[in-house]
Amino acid sequence: MVNYLIAMLVTVGIYAVLALGLNVTWGMAGIANLGLAGFMAVGAYTTALVTKTFGFSIAAGMCLAVFASAALGILVSVGTLRLRGDYLAIVTLGFAEIVRLIASNETWLTNGTDGIAGISGPWRGQLSPVQFNWVYLGVTAALLAVSLLVCQLLARAPYGRVLRAIRDDETLVSVAGKSTFRFKLQAMAIGAGIMGLGGAMYAHYISYISPDVFRSLISLYIFLALTVGGTGNNYGALFGSLVLIALLEGSRFVFATVPAINAVQLAAAREMLIGLGLLLVLRFAPEGLIPERPKIFTRAATDITPRN
Amino acid sequence: MAGLEIVQSLINGVVYGTLLTLPAMGLTIIYAVLRFPSFAVAAHATVGAFAGYVANAVFGMPLLLAFAAGFLVSGLVGVLSDEAALKPLRGRGPLTVAIASIALTIVLENVLRFAFGNELRGYDVPLQRDWMISGIRIGPQQVVNLVVSVVLMLAIFAFFKFTRAGKAMRAVADNPMLASIRGVDPNMVRRFANFFGMALAGLGGMLIALDTSVNPLVGFRIMLPIFAAAIVGGMGSVPGAVVGGLTIGIAEQMSLLVIPPIYRTAVSFGVIMIVLTIRPAGFFGERGN
Repeated sequence: MVNYLIAMLVTVGIYAVLALGLNVTWGMAGIANLGLAGFMAVGAYTTALVTKTFGFSIAAGMCLAVFASAALGILVSVGTLRLRGDYLAIVTLGFAEIVRLIASNETWLTNGTDGIAGISGPWRGQLSPVQFNWVYLGVTAALLAVSLLVCQLLARAPYGRVLRAIRDDETLVSVAGKSTFRFKLQAMAIGAGIMGLGGAMYAHYISYISPDVFRSLISLYIFLALTVGGTGNNYGALFGSLVLIALLEGSRFVFATVPAINAVQLAAAREMLIGLGLLLVLRFAPEGLIPERPKIFTRAATDITPRN
Repeated sequence: MAGLEIVQSLINGVVYGTLLTLPAMGLTIIYAVLRFPSFAVAAHATVGAFAGYVANAVFGMPLLLAFAAGFLVSGLVGVLSDEAALKPLRGRGPLTVAIASIALTIVLENVLRFAFGNELRGYDVPLQRDWMISGIRIGPQQVVNLVVSVVLMLAIFAFFKFTRAGKAMRAVADNPMLASIRGVDPNMVRRFANFFGMALAGLGGMLIALDTSVNPLVGFRIMLPIFAAAIVGGMGSVPGAVVGGLTIGIAEQMSLLVIPPIYRTAVSFGVIMIVLTIRPAGFFGERGN
């Protein structure tokens, strides 16, 4: 039981990192990156390959994962970021599918749909499974803390203000003399890099990855986590991931008690729940549980505006 | 022999492209009027495929009636799901609505998966031998599909050109404010756009399923080609969707001559990237940027 709870906490931590990455692009800069699953996959495969094939350390593998995802984030968006946001949404969604195609078919590199097994974990050989879980919980907490720190620094710095301004009114920002393209490209790279880290954390924890893990549905999970928590708020990303895992795990147990439901229906019901959950939150609680700004500031800001 | 192969690919491409054209038209009509890329066309293609399947294989209706069922059911589901899920979000920007349309897709797809399971199903149509015309293989079903798509395409053009509702839709797409001053009810027009857009997606999905199989992923599998077709033609342009559909269909089938079939989806992605880099507004997109 304790082991299960630790495993769930690690999962929450990994989703929280992914949601933080999404918060940089979508929450702060307002860029609809729907390719989360793709960037996660790139991170996971990068670290799996370099640690297994070239014997890199896990830390080096994770760093390379971040860089590889960030580089692809730039590559995918450099052509489309100048256009309207909806094009980027389509392109990134397509990117995630292409990553999955490549992972499934370039068997020489990725072992195809069989996936890559036996990915190393920190001290996995020397520890009992329970001890390993504890160690990895620590690793996850540390990496999450670093990501959170980076994102908080970004959000508080003038840089974060520019991103939020681009989200709220891009024309205004470019009139003020900022290159919105450069800022958006950087936000995309940072977000993709963080998502790559999330993927790498997943790979070293589970020790097995396959193309099936990185379905586009994952992107929706992460959108749900961030929206529930509070889009634009880094702590919202954390809290929302907790809610997401509670929902995913809770529904597994609840739906399984329904008699005469088969495995496919169980999976379908859970996916339905996620989609429905996102629609409901978007409609009835768009600010999430931890809104970006406390209510009182919002009101003060609107009071002041007419006087300017 | 190589020459024959190319001609065969070209024909396959035209047939497949014509099928793609219907959902691409649906996407582009909704985009023109409602101003967001609706990923839910994928789900409605699947809804249409299943509606046609139930009409044809469960209730034993002839294929022509099943086409009508696929068209009507997906159109109605389109209007209802939009009213329930997407309409309340419209004030919050196209990207939020686009993301919600993905959530809606997941919900609809899984309702079907819950009801029908994952297995591949087929329509109740007699197996027909392909015709061989001087070395070129053509399936009778392909011809039927081609005729149905072309007739529908012409009907849609006539609708926009000649009917009051069609003109109202174009007016709202051009300038909603001006249209409402002239007494056109934008809400009614949006409902119309949703109905037609999703009905076309549904019929397209059914035609594609006739060629392959009915399963919950019918729509999701053609999502990238549909978007590629609409982007190539210029988002919001109905003639563009026809040109785009044919372009993608032919490009995808021709590419099979040189790349493994598994990568055919990648062709759509490649075309999207190229078009967005070189000519972001597409062939016909006057308001592409």
